[in-house]
Amino acid sequence: MPVIDLANPSRFLSIVNRLLPWLTAATIILFVVGLYRGMNAPDDYQQGATVKIMFLHVPAAWLGMFGWGLMSVAALGTLVWRHPLADVAGKAAAPIGAAFTFICLVTGSLWGRPTWGTYWVWDARLTSMLVLLLLYLGVIAIYWTAEEPGRGARAAAILSLVGAVNLPIIKFSVDWWNTLHQPASVFRIGGPTIDPALLAPLLIMALAFTLLFVTLHLASMRNEILRRRVRSMRLLQAQELAEAT
Amino acid sequence: MQLKAENLSCNRGGREVFRNLSFGLKTGEAMVVTGRNGAGKSSLLRMIAGLVRIASGRLSLEGGEPDIPIGEQAHYLGHQDAFKPTLTVGQNLQFWSGFLGDGRTVEGALQAVDLASLTDLPAAFLSAGQRRRLSIARLLAVPRPIWLLDEPTSSLDAPSQQRLAELMHVHLLDGGMIIAAAHGAIGLERARELKLGLA
Amino acid sequence: MRSFNTLLLRDVQLATRVGGGALMGALFFLIVVTMTPFAIGPDLALLRRIGPAILWLGALLASLLALDRLFATDHDDGSLDLLMMAAMPLELTVATKAIAHWITTGLPLVVIAPLLGLMLNVELHAAGWLALTLAAGTPALTFIGLVGAALSVALRRGGLLLAVLVLPLTVPVLIFGVAAANAAILGSGPFGPPFTILCALSLAGLVLGPIAAAAALRHGLE
Repeated sequence: MPVIDLANPSRFLSIVNRLLPWLTAATIILFVVGLYRGMNAPDDYQQGATVKIMFLHVPAAWLGMFGWGLMSVAALGTLVWRHPLADVAGKAAAPIGAAFTFICLVTGSLWGRPTWGTYWVWDARLTSMLVLLLLYLGVIAIYWTAEEPGRGARAAAILSLVGAVNLPIIKFSVDWWNTLHQPASVFRIGGPTIDPALLAPLLIMALAFTLLFVTLHLASMRNEILRRRVRSMRLLQAQELAEAT
Repeated sequence: MQLKAENLSCNRGGREVFRNLSFGLKTGEAMVVTGRNGAGKSSLLRMIAGLVRIASGRLSLEGGEPDIPIGEQAHYLGHQDAFKPTLTVGQNLQFWSGFLGDGRTVEGALQAVDLASLTDLPAAFLSAGQRRRLSIARLLAVPRPIWLLDEPTSSLDAPSQQRLAELMHVHLLDGGMIIAAAHGAIGLERARELKLGLA
Repeated sequence: MRSFNTLLLRDVQLATRVGGGALMGALFFLIVVTMTPFAIGPDLALLRRIGPAILWLGALLASLLALDRLFATDHDDGSLDLLMMAAMPLELTVATKAIAHWITTGLPLVVIAPLLGLMLNVELHAAGWLALTLAAGTPALTFIGLVGAALSVALRRGGLLLAVLVLPLTVPVLIFGVAAANAAILGSGPFGPPFTILCALSLAGLVLGPIAAAAALRHGLE
C-alpha cells in the first residue's frame, strides 16, 4: 500500500477503524503485564516501595516529550507540505501530550513527598516538564480560541516549531538556573545505576505507554476528522436551506 | 399613542448633525427617514432608542407608559446584529426573548422569517441575509410598539424584502409604529418621508 | 429575575464555549506563579515566605487581564446597545455580567490556588485558607475592574489603559488579601480582621462597582 493513500482522510479512517481494536487490546495486555511485573519488582534499598512510581513517572515523561516531537513533525507537515492530515495529527497530539506531561508532574510530586518531604521542589527536571506543560496548554489555547478549525492550525504549527527550537534552550537554562541557586535542602534522586529487575518492567511500561499514546492519538484524529465533516455538512445544510427559501 | 419630537438637535463629536427637527408619528403610521450620508439618519434612530444623547429639544411618547423610557418600548435594528457566533440560532434568539421580553418561545418568530429549519445551527454559519432575517425575528419575538429600522433591506434578497414588507404591514395594522432609515424604497407605500440635511 | 438568569446563563455559556476565555485567566495565573521562582531562585524557605504575595499578585494580574473583554465583545457586535434598551436597570445588567465573569474567571483562580500554593511550599491546609482569602477578595477585583472595563469601552481604548486605570484602585484588596493569607500561612498576626475587611471590600464593590460602571457606559453615549 503506497503511503500516499494515507493522505486521503477516508482511506485513513478505514485503516484506523480496522487498527484500533487491535491496538486497544495490545495496550491493555501490555499494561496488565507491565503493572504486574512492576508490583512484584523488588523494593529499592533507599526509597522502598515508592520507587515503583517510576514505572508510571518515567514513561509519562518520555511520552510527554515525544508528544511535542510529534507535534513538531506535524507542524512541518502543515506549514511545508500542507498535508491535509498534518493539522489533525498536531491538534490531536496536543491534549494527549499535555495529559502525559501532567501525569509525569503529578507522579513526580507524589514521589517527592516521601523522598524530599514536600510535594514540589524547583528541581531542574520537574521545572522543565512544568514549562513543557505550559507550552502544551498554550497550543491547546490556540485551538480553543480559534472558532474555525484550520484558522488555528498555522498558528499552532508555528508555535509548535518555535517551542521545538526553544525547548532545549529552556532545558539548558533551567539546569543552569537550578545549579546556580541550588539550595542545600534539596537532594537529587539518581543513585545507583538501575537494577535489571527494575529495568524490565520499566521498558514494558514504556512500551505500554507508547501504545496507549498511539491508540489515543489515532482515535482522537479520527474524532477530529469526523467533527470537521459534521461541521462542513452543517455548513452545506445552511447553504442549501438558504437557496431553498 | 403618539411619538412626538420637538426641536430635536444632535451633536456628535462636536459636530452638529441636525437641528430643530420636529415630527409626530401616530399609532399605525410609518416614516421613512432619507438624506445623504452623514445627514444623521442613524443618529436620529439611535437617539429615539436612547443610545445617543439629545443635545436639545424634547422627545416624548404621548399615551404610552409615561414612566418607561422610549428605548424600552422600541426595537432597534442596526447594522450590527448582536448575535453570538458560537451560540445556535435558537439560543441567540431565545436569549433576547428572555432578556428583553417575557421569554416566550421563539419558534413562531423563526418560522415567520423562514429560519425555523436552522434553529440548531450555530449563528456563525449564517450568511449575511440570514443574519439579517434573524435580527428581524427578534422584532417579532419581543412585542414592542416602536420599530426603529436602520436600512432594514440591506443584504436581503427580493423574496425576503417582500416578507419584511408584509411583517411591517402587520405590525402597523396591530397599532405599531415604524421609523426606518433608507436610501431606496423598502416596501412601505403609505409611509411619510422625513428628509434630513435640507436645513 | 428572568432577565438576570438569562443573561447570567448566556455569559457563562459564552465564556466556556470554544472561543470563550474562561480558563485563560487560570492558565495565566499558573504561568505567573511558575515564572516567579525563575526570577528569585528556587529557595523553598524564601518561596514559602513570599508565597502569599506571589499568589495574590498573580491573581490580581490574571483577573485584570481577563476583564478587557468584559464589555468589548458586546460592544463590538452591537449587543451592548440592546442590553441598554432592556427593562432591567443598566446597573443590574452590568452587575450580572460581572458575576458571570467572576464565575468563569475568578472561581477557577480560587480552585487552582491551593495547587499553586503547594508549588510554593505552602502546607496543604494553609493553602486551603489561602484559597479562602482569594475567594473573598477576587470578587472585589472583578467589581473594581468592572468600572475600568466600562470606561475603556466608553473611551474605545482597551488593554493597557484598563490596567493603568484599575491597578491603583486595587491596592486595599492586595493589602488585606496578603495580610489575611500571611496570617493563615505564617501565623503572622490575626486572620479575622483583614479577612472581614476583604469581605467588606467585595460587598462594597458589588454595590458601588455596577453603579459607577453603568454611569460610565451611559456617559459613553454621544
